[in-house]
Amino acid sequence: MNITINGNTCWAKPGETILDAARREGIKIPTLCHLSEFSPTGSCRICTVEVESNGSLVPACAFPVTEGMAIRTNSPRVRRARKTIIELLVANHPQDCLFCVRSGNCELQSLTQEYGVRTQRWTGERKRARIDIASPAIERDPEKCILCGRCVRICHEQQHVGAIDFVHRGFKSTVAPALERSLNTVPCVDCGQCVVNCPVGALTEKSHQKVVWEAINHEEKYVVAQVAPAVRVALGEEFGAEPGTVVTGKTVAALRRLGFKRVFDTNFSADLTIIEEATELLSRLNNGGPTPMLTSCSPGWVKFIEHYYPDLLGNLSTCKSPHEMQGALLKSYYAQKIGVDPSRIFVVSIMPCTAKKYEAQRPELGNEYPDVDAVLTTRELARMIHSAGIDFHRLPNEGFDDPMGESTGAGAIFGAAGGVMEAALRTAHFYLTGEDMKSLTFAPIRGLEGVKQADVKVGNVTLKVAAISGLANIKPILDDMRAGTSPFHFIEVMACPHGCINGGGQPQPASPEKIIKRTESIYQIDRESPRRNSHRNESIQKLYAEFLGEPNGHKAHELLHTHYVERDEF
Amino acid sequence: MNSYSRDCFENCWHSAERPCPHFVSCVNNGQQCECGDAVTARLEQYKRHLLMVEHDLPVILVGMGTCGLANGARRIHDAIIAELNTRGIAASVIPVGCVGYCAREVIVDIKLPGKPRISYCEVKEKDVVALIESTIMAGEVLTDKLLGLYERPQDSPWAALPLVNENPFFAKQQKINLENCGVIDPESIDQYLARGGYTALSTVINGKSGQDVINDMLTAGVRGRGGGGFPTGRKWQFARDQQSDKKYLICNADEGDPGAFMDRALLEGDPHRVVEGMIIAAYAIGASYGYIYCRAEYPLAIARLEKTLADAREYGLLGNNILGSGFNFDMRIKKGAGAFVCGEETALIHSIEGRRGMPRPRPPYPAVSGLFGKPTVINNVETFANVTTVFKNGAEWYGSIGTQTSKGTKIFALSGKVTNVGLVEVPMGTTLREIVFDIGGGIPDGKQFKAVQIGGPSGGALPVQVIDTPIDYESLKAVGAMMGSGGLVVMDETTCMVDLAKYFMTFIQSESCGKCIPCREGTKRLLEILERLSKSHRNETTQEESLLRFQGMVYLERLASVIKDTSLCGLGQTAANPVLSTLQYFKEEYEAHLYDRCCPAGACRELLTFHIDTEKCNGCGLCAKKCPEAAIIGEKKKAHYILEDKCIRCDQCRVNCNFDAIYVN
Repeated sequence: MNITINGNTCWAKPGETILDAARREGIKIPTLCHLSEFSPTGSCRICTVEVESNGSLVPACAFPVTEGMAIRTNSPRVRRARKTIIELLVANHPQDCLFCVRSGNCELQSLTQEYGVRTQRWTGERKRARIDIASPAIERDPEKCILCGRCVRICHEQQHVGAIDFVHRGFKSTVAPALERSLNTVPCVDCGQCVVNCPVGALTEKSHQKVVWEAINHEEKYVVAQVAPAVRVALGEEFGAEPGTVVTGKTVAALRRLGFKRVFDTNFSADLTIIEEATELLSRLNNGGPTPMLTSCSPGWVKFIEHYYPDLLGNLSTCKSPHEMQGALLKSYYAQKIGVDPSRIFVVSIMPCTAKKYEAQRPELGNEYPDVDAVLTTRELARMIHSAGIDFHRLPNEGFDDPMGESTGAGAIFGAAGGVMEAALRTAHFYLTGEDMKSLTFAPIRGLEGVKQADVKVGNVTLKVAAISGLANIKPILDDMRAGTSPFHFIEVMACPHGCINGGGQPQPASPEKIIKRTESIYQIDRESPRRNSHRNESIQKLYAEFLGEPNGHKAHELLHTHYVERDEF
Repeated sequence: MNSYSRDCFENCWHSAERPCPHFVSCVNNGQQCECGDAVTARLEQYKRHLLMVEHDLPVILVGMGTCGLANGARRIHDAIIAELNTRGIAASVIPVGCVGYCAREVIVDIKLPGKPRISYCEVKEKDVVALIESTIMAGEVLTDKLLGLYERPQDSPWAALPLVNENPFFAKQQKINLENCGVIDPESIDQYLARGGYTALSTVINGKSGQDVINDMLTAGVRGRGGGGFPTGRKWQFARDQQSDKKYLICNADEGDPGAFMDRALLEGDPHRVVEGMIIAAYAIGASYGYIYCRAEYPLAIARLEKTLADAREYGLLGNNILGSGFNFDMRIKKGAGAFVCGEETALIHSIEGRRGMPRPRPPYPAVSGLFGKPTVINNVETFANVTTVFKNGAEWYGSIGTQTSKGTKIFALSGKVTNVGLVEVPMGTTLREIVFDIGGGIPDGKQFKAVQIGGPSGGALPVQVIDTPIDYESLKAVGAMMGSGGLVVMDETTCMVDLAKYFMTFIQSESCGKCIPCREGTKRLLEILERLSKSHRNETTQEESLLRFQGMVYLERLASVIKDTSLCGLGQTAANPVLSTLQYFKEEYEAHLYDRCCPAGACRELLTFHIDTEKCNGCGLCAKKCPEAAIIGEKKKAHYILEDKCIRCDQCRVNCNFDAIYVN
């Protein structure tokens, strides 16, 4: 059908919204509450446009186009309405941009600039609330919240957690956990999807920057870093690079310049996870279960199943997540190797994730010392690089330190949803048949869908596998498992949709374009790797020979496996 | 025979499980089947008994709607029964709903066999003995409590007594939807049936298609009584045209406007009429299940509805195979938890679905995608009552009442500074003047009429200049108000219009659901602008604050228009109306507040100044003694003086002065 936008006739699909049609035409309409993959709520009204035929203002994000519709996206009436709405938000905002972590990357701040808000037109009472700092992963500042509701919808619809919701009415409305308690007292899984989708500084990660700086500057500490697979395809964005730019070498260089003694690759322990997990899978298949085996690399997902499906914890792989494995090895194997007392080693994980912050302080992950001492999100690392005055783009490309710097393409694809599954199948195939797979690409479990499933023939066994991302997608499968009707043998679960490349610790705001580009880059790293099977990682072979013994053996169990706890749903 | 269910059903095969299509016509027009003459006679006799044409015992009917109960109707009801027992008099005592004349509750009607029904008003507990002695024992009318008779007897000492309908409160009313309220026992399905109840449903279900019903609704010209005035037939047509495995019908009984109680009176006084209208609507659109979303603050209405639904099911009028037609429809009551916004249809749907009551953008309209994603029609209580009226009396007849574009009658809840507070039903096109002055009896205490707020918080305050506006959807819109659900709050000269706007803004901003920015943030700022207007300069500490008063007024129109233009739901879009309409008609009052810091109506306390009339003051010193702030000075036996800076406007001096020497500006 044909519509007219600002006097220009253009083509539109029946049933699509004005916003979609306008964006395709390259016309920018501002949004705050809009989330492209969700049904519109029309709550912020900032996308208001004028429909000439009936002279009314309508929300572009929710209003469907009709044949012959004439729309104005920048009439004086529209601009005045948008500006007034922004002014109203500003009037009830702390206006403390100087101190705000989102300054410079805040959607409200950008809108005030775009619409030329220069005076305080509305004055009066301002919402007051305490900052909730009790969660180990996420901080909430309700005063900064503009009640766009993105976090609420993400938490309910995408993650099926519902830890936060709107409470109170009118001017007193706020977003809060049940009974306005702290986030650590409700079954929040710390995935951080709310944080990465927050347009302002109301939701942020619990910062570990200070403790990391302190450790770096501590004479006794031997501070080492490890970098997760998904960080290297996203960190560049924080320095103006195109989404998906691979900045592995510069990341290593930056970490060294920040003062880290050694920089290791979490991809190494991703390979190690595969060895352990593939072995565990085969052992479960041979010993009658329990199957389907569920992966355990995503701490948000682990917390989810502990809260909501504790009866299925037996199906969860006992493997620690890769950075925890690496931490455990750094404080044992590596400490021995370099002759440093493990108490002096301070392990910092650079992660695309907020739940890793919570995971790092789980008491069962570590013995005398925690496996991992601090977790920095991609965003926090970028802030540290900025504050250290490092010109990121002029850094040389440097390599990871040995012996935990070597990795294969299989470890790299952990960063994308379906990657763990794919990497595990490559190794399981080798274990079952004694030879590597001919084609290393599993088309059915790649791609952006939240639920991907496939039948994979490994030797003379056909494995039914699934890769799930976004916690709402796992619920029906877990319900099937409870009912005993699940056909699967092996299921990969990632709390965040599209996996770690879209994790809660990644550059804000999340967007579908960024997700596609980061995913492409992850698979590019795999394609370009000289080795693409975890069992071909020579450092890992050496690790087993020198230290661990055999996969799933006694020492491996002690250091690389863990157990889980039942948690309440409320 | 003492119930259609117990006796009639025993003699014929009609039952809830196997309903007879002719059941309603049997009851109303005499027996239609082959059950024999004996049954016919019994039906006829029972009907005459129900209509109180033929009865052996005196019948006492006590108005026990919420308004009656608030005035002590329960105690009177119990006192009557106790008194009858003590004296050993056999009589039936029946609680009825509200007849609408709330100002003169408690209303007690007495019907003696063979005599016309007598209506007494303002009955107190102490009057019970006199009522029973004079009317029931002596057969005489107690004239000082008399409201009127229901009909005038010929050749009787009662022939000179007034009729209820001659009372000015009732004379200009046309009660077509309220015909049973206060007249019948709302909990008796038999009384409803005897007065032609369910004939509308029977006619529809035995002879019309769903499309016929919608066509009749369009002919009758019924428009939604919930506020917007959308043609009901068209709304039904949208839903009927949808292909879906399930459709829903919802009755919006979440009456939340301040000063509105039309729906409550209907549900308490004649619940079957609403339920009957709902069944007809469900038949028209093909809905299989319905909800009555009733606010939990209406416990009596809910209790009566529960009984109504149970009785209708027992009589085969609700549930499976209604009146043997093969049409299935049932419903339940869903209690609302008291959020004003849940009266908005999409928020109401969310609430029924178990979610937070917040509106969502339309389209899709509920008629296309509503409750649980299925096509859903939502109408309010009064609309459904009108549906029954249309099919009981005929679409053409209904269409002959009212104006060109607004058909039928409208029920208003008349309250505020008006003599006859109550519930009135008038044909569309009646003027506001007729309602306020003829029916309402004008302003009490000799005060001047100032304005009438119509349409609740979304409507507007209309002044004397437009009091001759006929009541219909378009005319009210043209003068800056809206029909709304039917609250009419009358205000006299002592009401300050800035204060009124402030009251409604306080209501709206605290009842805003908080979802969209213009309503959540904008109404708060509007309220703050109004609050600054009625603030004394003494309470302002900085010059900026004084400037803000003017700045607020400069930007007021901008804010109001953006709220109107961009809010998500109807409540937000109309949220600025109280401010805009008072500003339109009472601008000089705003200016007095803004420029002179003075409230002409004397309602904004901070702006008042207290003075002592030196002529009247004899220096007794009582005022100075009562003043909590020591703001009054003066020598004994000489005129005193009030220090304005110290005065806190507590009014103690004026109240305590024995010489009326203290006056307020």
